[in-house]
Amino acid sequence: MILRILFRNAFRNRLRTGLTILGITVAILAFGLLRTVVSAWYAGVEAASAARLVTRNAVSLVFPLPLSYKEKIRQIPGVRGVSWGNWFGGIYIEEKNFFPNFAVDARTYLDLYPEFILPEDQLKSFLGDRKGFVAGRKIAAQFGWKPGDTVTLRGVIYPGNWDFVLRGIYRGRDKTIDETQFFFHWDYLNETMRRKFPGRADQVGFYMIGVTHPDLAAEVSSAIDETFRNSLAETLTETEKAFNLGFISMTSTIVMAIQLVSIVIIVIIMAVVANTMAMTTRERIGDYAILKTLGFGGRHIAALIFGEALVITLTGCALGMALTYPVARAFTESLPNFFPVFNVSSSTLVLDVAAALLVAGVAGIVPTRTAIGIRIADGLRRIG
Amino acid sequence: MAVPLSYSFRNLWTRRLTTVLTVSGMALVVFVFATILMLAEGLQKTLVETGSYDNVVVIRKGSGSEVMSGVDRQQASVVEVQPEVAVGSDGRRLLVKELVVLIALPKRDTGQKSNVVLRGIMEASPALRPQVKIVAGRLPRMGTTEVMAGMGIVRGFRGVGMGETLCCGLRNWRIVGIFDAGTTGFNSEIWGDVDQFMQAFRRPVYSSVLFKLRDSAGFDAMKARIEKDPRLTLEARRETRYYLDQSEAMAKFLRILGLSLTVIFSLGAVIGAMITMYSAVANRTAEIGTLRALGFQRRSIVLAFLVESLLLGFLGGAVGLFFASFMQFVSVSTMNFQTFAELAFSFTLSPAIAVEAMLFSLGMGFVGGVLPAFRAARLNIVDALRAV
Repeated sequence: MILRILFRNAFRNRLRTGLTILGITVAILAFGLLRTVVSAWYAGVEAASAARLVTRNAVSLVFPLPLSYKEKIRQIPGVRGVSWGNWFGGIYIEEKNFFPNFAVDARTYLDLYPEFILPEDQLKSFLGDRKGFVAGRKIAAQFGWKPGDTVTLRGVIYPGNWDFVLRGIYRGRDKTIDETQFFFHWDYLNETMRRKFPGRADQVGFYMIGVTHPDLAAEVSSAIDETFRNSLAETLTETEKAFNLGFISMTSTIVMAIQLVSIVIIVIIMAVVANTMAMTTRERIGDYAILKTLGFGGRHIAALIFGEALVITLTGCALGMALTYPVARAFTESLPNFFPVFNVSSSTLVLDVAAALLVAGVAGIVPTRTAIGIRIADGLRRIG
Repeated sequence: MAVPLSYSFRNLWTRRLTTVLTVSGMALVVFVFATILMLAEGLQKTLVETGSYDNVVVIRKGSGSEVMSGVDRQQASVVEVQPEVAVGSDGRRLLVKELVVLIALPKRDTGQKSNVVLRGIMEASPALRPQVKIVAGRLPRMGTTEVMAGMGIVRGFRGVGMGETLCCGLRNWRIVGIFDAGTTGFNSEIWGDVDQFMQAFRRPVYSSVLFKLRDSAGFDAMKARIEKDPRLTLEARRETRYYLDQSEAMAKFLRILGLSLTVIFSLGAVIGAMITMYSAVANRTAEIGTLRALGFQRRSIVLAFLVESLLLGFLGGAVGLFFASFMQFVSVSTMNFQTFAELAFSFTLSPAIAVEAMLFSLGMGFVGGVLPAFRAARLNIVDALRAV
């Protein structure tokens, strides 16, 4: 009964309510997408393991570490496995085809990353081919690479054109794993460097370290850094999570701006809904006066107004949430290398609903006060 | 015969709450629109001013930025003897071979580390970069471990004040000077002697060679010669061009973000304006009927309502711009994707942006008001007069 009244009230002015709902749909859609962008930004942190450490040069990432460190790291108690690699940063055809590409020590690296699932036969052929590389499912699909294809990357940090042969395509264990990476044999890089630029051989960009137990991470990190203190290349070791977070904190300004904007969207829509509610109540002051005459109290009137606001915002919210999924999918398909992992999380949906409730609540306050405060005689007299 | 302007004004005044809500919604949209444009403008300005048109930057072919580049001593010497290099008043060539490395320093506000450009310079470097002015202390002496820091770094990072020391590369670098390079990218750098840096960081190669042209027109011939020379694996660009290329990805990102946000936001604001105008029409049906009965034409009615919604747009634009103009005091520091180094730039409000934001706001008002205005004009006089 009460719901029927609310719906009837809400859709008394179809055009206005329709426009308001459209506005809310757009706002909730935008809010949801921006939240997803922010969580996509943090995807690398979410997927990182607490049982893996990254060791790099303490000065900054552009400085390498000697290859000889690997044996010393391996001897530290609590270390399960050591792998190493370099950020290759090559370009495939043109710059906009960006994907992360690394030179890694293949066997040890894949041991540390059980979340990259590579079929047994492909792993074998990758390990058997010095020029081989493994690519994520998403980029292989994007560029149409098939196993056995030759792919050429243009080196930026390591000059020249580099040929690689696709030997394997990995899948992520679940949706949160980045399937856009490209990695090849570190030995291939190192031997080429030794031939062309002897001074740049045997230099490692980072060490990946697996620890026997996540609780040991802090201990092992400080033990590693202690080992190389006062050497020519001091190290900085942190968990993979902290390492990835460090990258994000460099761009924290942008993340902050996006979060701020998602709040601004909600504020704008609040103004629109409040406007609608103000008009509705202005038109119906006479009705409220009649209700008061019949003996309904301020509570009932407040309930009517807030209920109406809720009907409007929740309808818009439901539509917006339904649209978020297809739009997010379209977004990833059109910009695959912008965000490797782009999933709408359930917490986003909860926030959507919370935002809708908040908007309804705030939008109803002023009109309710006006409606309750009006004297019956004035209300009946007034033509709005 | 047109409906007087005051009619539109007084209508807005009568429904103050609605007007305020609509205007504030629009103002927010204009604010966001303007700030994003200001940000892109600020970035552009920073990078354009960072370079001088007559300076040439030479880096390794295909490396894209100084951070990735390497120019060995032999190749640098070949560049040094090009005839286009200008000569200074002391008879020396205005050419410097520099080294750029990144070091991680803790940010002042969060303590999180971010990359900062450390530039090894030569005697002539300050002369080649007139944007750089010493504001405290002095230039670092060549051959020592003295360095000077840009204002952007001093403001944004810990431990880079006057007289403090940075330690990396097993040395202590004492800060003896602070320079201000205005809104340029140099403001986010730390400068010291190139030979000291090469020793400390064990970098046997330079990152780039920078020189001033003797004659601006000689650039193309020199570029062709350098890039064709079989001894060299280098490319030459005008310094202005070089710094613009550095920010391409960032500027593109800001553009995409700005465009998508603006589209979404303006939808919301246009809907808000539409709701306001439609209800204004609905509430004033009898008035409109009266006006028509008095002999005002449909044209004038359309105009009166359009003026009203344009006024809403104008107010929204004015309020939004007023608040956006305060953003000029804010500077942003973020990592440039292409160089991996921190870059500080500020919101810059130009007259063009103010005009664009205002037009955008009026456009929103117009789009929101056009349908309701025609609806008002189409009302049948008799029916309209009957309406309560």
